[in-house]
Amino acid sequence: MTSKLSQPHLLGIKNITANDIELIFDTAYNFKEIINRPIKKVPSLRDITIANIFFENSTRTRLSFELAEKRLSADTINFTASNSSVKKGETLLDTINNVLAMKVDMVVIRHASVGAPHFLSRHIKAKIINAGDGTHEHPTQALLDAFSIHEKLGSLEGKKVAIIGDILHSRVALSNIFAMQKMGAQVMVCGPPTLLPKYIASLNVKVEFELSKALAWCDVANVLRIQLERQQIKYFPSLREYALYYGINKMMLDRLDKKIVLMHPGPINRGVELTSDAADSDHSIILDQVENGVAIRMAVLYLLAGAVS
Amino acid sequence: MQKKLILDSDLLDITLNRLCQQLIENHNQFEETVIIGLQPRGIYLADLIYQKLKPIAQTEIPLGFLDTTFHRDDFRRRDTPAKASETRIPFVIEGKKVVLIDDVLFTGRTVRAALDAMIAFGRPSKVELLVLVDRKHNRDLPIAANYVGKYVNTIASQRVLVELKAQGHKQNRIWLINHEPS
Repeated sequence: MTSKLSQPHLLGIKNITANDIELIFDTAYNFKEIINRPIKKVPSLRDITIANIFFENSTRTRLSFELAEKRLSADTINFTASNSSVKKGETLLDTINNVLAMKVDMVVIRHASVGAPHFLSRHIKAKIINAGDGTHEHPTQALLDAFSIHEKLGSLEGKKVAIIGDILHSRVALSNIFAMQKMGAQVMVCGPPTLLPKYIASLNVKVEFELSKALAWCDVANVLRIQLERQQIKYFPSLREYALYYGINKMMLDRLDKKIVLMHPGPINRGVELTSDAADSDHSIILDQVENGVAIRMAVLYLLAGAVS
Repeated sequence: MQKKLILDSDLLDITLNRLCQQLIENHNQFEETVIIGLQPRGIYLADLIYQKLKPIAQTEIPLGFLDTTFHRDDFRRRDTPAKASETRIPFVIEGKKVVLIDDVLFTGRTVRAALDAMIAFGRPSKVELLVLVDRKHNRDLPIAANYVGKYVNTIASQRVLVELKAQGHKQNRIWLINHEPS
């Protein structure tokens, strides 16, 4: 049986289909079995070279991609903007073309500007995977979130997913909304009015300002980090006040009449959006998300590499 | 398209019985033997052999499935990436005698990939190959089967189609298919 993604690149969840997502899930289940073997490596991508180009800070996404690439036997090069000629005034396209001149087949890129990977896809031949562009999309995170729910609950069809916290500055939120809806889940966003984008309701999501109501409604709570580094002005009076109104603790989870699944894309601000007893409780699948991240990224790399010529 | 029947249900049963007898001859009590079917189609045959050996063998023979997709050497030489199937080997193969089972032996590339994939689970003391149909004269690699159901002389453009009840077909039958030159 053969199958193929409908897109040559993974730029966002918006332009892939539900079939693509299912194909990625099926492949990821195979890779998850492989990364739990004594020998965790397969030779599929041994003739592929991948550049990880990060213009913005990242720890877990970069590590996760790097590990996924190594488990598939690809050759990798890493590039971070902080110690490069970007500082000397080189343009994005020049930087990438210089990297590609070294015969690179695939590019994993994170950039602070919305649409940077889409711009590149129109100008270069290599396969592109978006590892986060500004506040726009972060497709592999959404795929691993949806995959973790799929693994935990068996399906996403009809499930209720609440995305809680800083929706305005989060690329995870937008990709998550697309991914969950394509897989048949209902989505609610919850947060202080200042951190919800103005037109969010036009994406066909429920909007809720009260945390307790969102928790009572949902099967899965995906809690996002407060992105203080992206906030030039104050969107709420203080972290303490935010924690008081939108922080989740174990007691609130125990009070619910059903057991919900608690997720967080990391890094957690302990004591702000999640207390330690909630983050470490058996509701939480936060560490499963990290493990699934490697399997999902292996699946995406494998499926896209099939089209490298 | 022309179809020619190579093995019908009764003959297939006789063949399978013979293969089982040959296995018993070489493995007598099956204490150190494990059976691994190759995904996607070898698993049905592996299960048939397993069911037949079960009443004869004195011990429970471990049965597993191995997927070779990520170890294939033709990745990126085909239009679309091959879709993987489940690998399930819930036992230790270190030091065991492994019998790999597939339905058709053609170029030998799947078996090469299977040997490569199997190493990730340990170092068997011995590996044997059982196939239902051996397409002679089509090998790309120096690989031969230890147990063969039937040798068939074929040319590369022909195809061998194995239909088993376990795969949802009405009868167990094996066909040789000629594709008319287009």
